[in-house]
Amino acid sequence: MIDKIVQSPADAVSGIFDGATIMISGFGEAGSPIELIHALIDHGAKELTVVSNNTGSGHVGLAALIENRRVRKMICSFPRTTNSKVFPELYHKGEIELELVPQGSLAERIRAGGAGIPAFYTPASVNTPLAEGKETRVFNGQTYVMENAIRADFSLVKCRKADRHGNLVYNKTARNFGPIMCMAAETTIVQARETVPLGAIDPEVVVTPGIFVSRIVEVRNPADESKLVAEDRRYPW
Amino acid sequence: MVKDGIKKGWDVQQMAQKVAMDIPNGAYVNLGIGIPEMVAGLVPEGREVVYHTENGLLGMGPVPPAGAEDPELINAGKKCVTALPGASYFHHADSFTMIRGRHIDICVLGALQVSETGDLANWSTGEPSAIPAVGGAMDLVAGVKTIYVISKHLTKTGAPKIVKACTYPLTGKGVVDRIYTDLAIIDVTGKGLEVKELAPGVSFEYLQKHTEAKLIPPATQSSN
Repeated sequence: MIDKIVQSPADAVSGIFDGATIMISGFGEAGSPIELIHALIDHGAKELTVVSNNTGSGHVGLAALIENRRVRKMICSFPRTTNSKVFPELYHKGEIELELVPQGSLAERIRAGGAGIPAFYTPASVNTPLAEGKETRVFNGQTYVMENAIRADFSLVKCRKADRHGNLVYNKTARNFGPIMCMAAETTIVQARETVPLGAIDPEVVVTPGIFVSRIVEVRNPADESKLVAEDRRYPW
Repeated sequence: MVKDGIKKGWDVQQMAQKVAMDIPNGAYVNLGIGIPEMVAGLVPEGREVVYHTENGLLGMGPVPPAGAEDPELINAGKKCVTALPGASYFHHADSFTMIRGRHIDICVLGALQVSETGDLANWSTGEPSAIPAVGGAMDLVAGVKTIYVISKHLTKTGAPKIVKACTYPLTGKGVVDRIYTDLAIIDVTGKGLEVKELAPGVSFEYLQKHTEAKLIPPATQSSN
């Protein structure tokens, strides 16, 4: 029997090693797998390269992972938001590396990584500082810049519903990077608000087919990150 | 803008109104964060426009009433929004397929600088102390069919934003089609920057004085 469901976030993140590249879903708070991130902080892996659109808010979730000095390098499109304090401070001190990528190129690099495509050409960032040092090529009279695919050792993803095969359904704009990150990692770890019996998700509405998922943990009431930030909570509690 | 105690030009609401008037029925539109967001509320009745937000929603509706916010239903500015009947959700690679694949008709963005050839700088002042953050701006200007810039004509310190050449790092080269400021509407054309419309109380001479790039006055344009 295939059963990818594990019992706790701690079980879900077991085996994550020092120096790993980890993709973390979410656009700001929406879709950020905060319980998995906190389990990863408890787990202790360090020297991580994290691929995520932002760098977290306040002192919880991704910001807490960074604040606890587990992240060597961030690959993202927008490393500052209203409530992001941790990353800017470490960045100014030169204690964390940043690879800035246009958001669409970031998404496509992840998609390509999952699709077995090593690189692709995009018009985004041509003639800008973000294309410096990258190969360019002219197609039909227009210049494009080459972007390399990104693959990860692990992806941490949040979804709404999962079955034991790993078929996933998401919630609204919390979907964002989840489906492509599931495809681009050796081991994809998912926290689902609800696990349902096999067959309960209509095959027509499956967003991520189970083949892309390795482990699932049910987190029925995930934390509301903005509430934790407003209360100035810090992880570890 | 206030000059010699006399207020000239359009306010922000009127600028957004001018943009809204130029969005045709049936258009798929991406609105940037800030002033561009105002445009959605000003599209004339009878026109159906579909708003795209790059974090994965087509058919974005207005801000929900207090108490009805859903932190998993947000726009690119990470503010809570709603989904209208006919809306769809999708992942980021599909969202930027819509952008890069030239499926979105119009994008309305803010600007730090626009050059006389339509180069746009809107993501970084290049200061070493600033944390660079680009988001989806470079993909949007590279892929959306028509790029409208909406911006105050001058910076807070009174420097012109419409310049001969951008001094800030570019978002895209030769990408801007039309600029809406508090003083004028200006088209970027093969001949240069053509003034389409002057705001009330604004003369061409006044506009040119506050614009570093050379402008083509409305009267000398061959035709409309």
